[in-house]
Amino acid sequence: MTTSTTGGAPPAGGTAREEPLPDRQIALIDLLDRLLSDGVVLTGDVVLSLADIDLVRVSLRALVVAISERAPSPWAASTAPERDEP
Amino acid sequence: MTEQVVYAYAVARDSTELAEALSGLEGVARSPVHLVRGGQGGELVAAVSPVDAADFGEVPLRRHLEDLTWLEAVARAHHGVIEALTERITVLPLRLATVYLDDDRVRGMLDRRGDVFADRLARLTAHVEWGVKLYVEPSAEEPPPAVPASDDAGPGRSYLRRRRAERHARDDVYRTARSAAESVAEAARRYAVEHARHRVQQGELARGPGENVTNDAYLVPLERGEEFRSEVRRAVEGLSGIRVEVTGPWAPYSFAAPVETHDEGHEGAPAAGEPPDAPGGVPGERPAHRGTQRAAP
Repeated sequence: MTTSTTGGAPPAGGTAREEPLPDRQIALIDLLDRLLSDGVVLTGDVVLSLADIDLVRVSLRALVVAISERAPSPWAASTAPERDEP
Repeated sequence: MTEQVVYAYAVARDSTELAEALSGLEGVARSPVHLVRGGQGGELVAAVSPVDAADFGEVPLRRHLEDLTWLEAVARAHHGVIEALTERITVLPLRLATVYLDDDRVRGMLDRRGDVFADRLARLTAHVEWGVKLYVEPSAEEPPPAVPASDDAGPGRSYLRRRRAERHARDDVYRTARSAAESVAEAARRYAVEHARHRVQQGELARGPGENVTNDAYLVPLERGEEFRSEVRRAVEGLSGIRVEVTGPWAPYSFAAPVETHDEGHEGAPAAGEPPDAPGGVPGERPAHRGTQRAAP
């Protein structure tokens, strides 16, 4: 369930069970946050290395998620470094 | 019949509730989910289902993962299994596309890692994950009324002045966002036992409105979920231009891996610290944002 303090955000996330209703459906991006970067990382037999997962993430960002030049976080290193070019 | 491999969803303790949850449960590609027992004298189980090697072998898998439609179908199926299990028991969700050659290999994994799984399951029992995202609303990013240009100001100068005013307005919004983030974190940590930070959401998949400025996950005792949610919402009350979105309860995805130890032989698990360099070095992809950062609150 999604709660918003202001504005009418589209409901996202939550305990969507079997209902395929769009507004009950978990936002894919929230799911991918958890399924690609989280979960127990085991080395399966089909070795999808972490580098591959990173490649997926990079590709997804390149292909699907527009790479924004804006800082991912408006404040500096307190949350994570930003804008630091390698 | 096509060659099959085994897709693993989660690790849990064996129980009668688990057997009930599994009844009729379908996973990726609508394959029936079953249990593989092992580890801790057979008390641990992995929920798995058979999938086609033609789709989940190393090469096809890598290709498929580039396909958002395919990725979404697998992600939702994976999540469906996790949700069905989580309704009844505590599970350790495995990462998307954890694939083994056969059940015996899964059993071997349970045997080798049994102690770590058991510890983590004990920690996560009766806890759920809540997602907390903070947004700066688009309206708040609009520039203030243009500063009237004085007579001697040329077009160049008034442009600069306007840009400066815009920047100040934006700085104000981010200052507010930052203090909102601190309030939210403070409220959240009164209830949470662990905290994880995801990268902020951007791009087409990020559903607004507004710009996402924090994307956190908290591990919260089951019975404190409602309090947690209302306190987090209260923390941003009255702050203009700031919106908080609480998602969940989730299975403890962001907390499944032990905080410090990771699977042996697997370099660079996605924890706080230094993730490996991005292959290819896509511009704008910041290394520090490629992993989830975890910490006790």
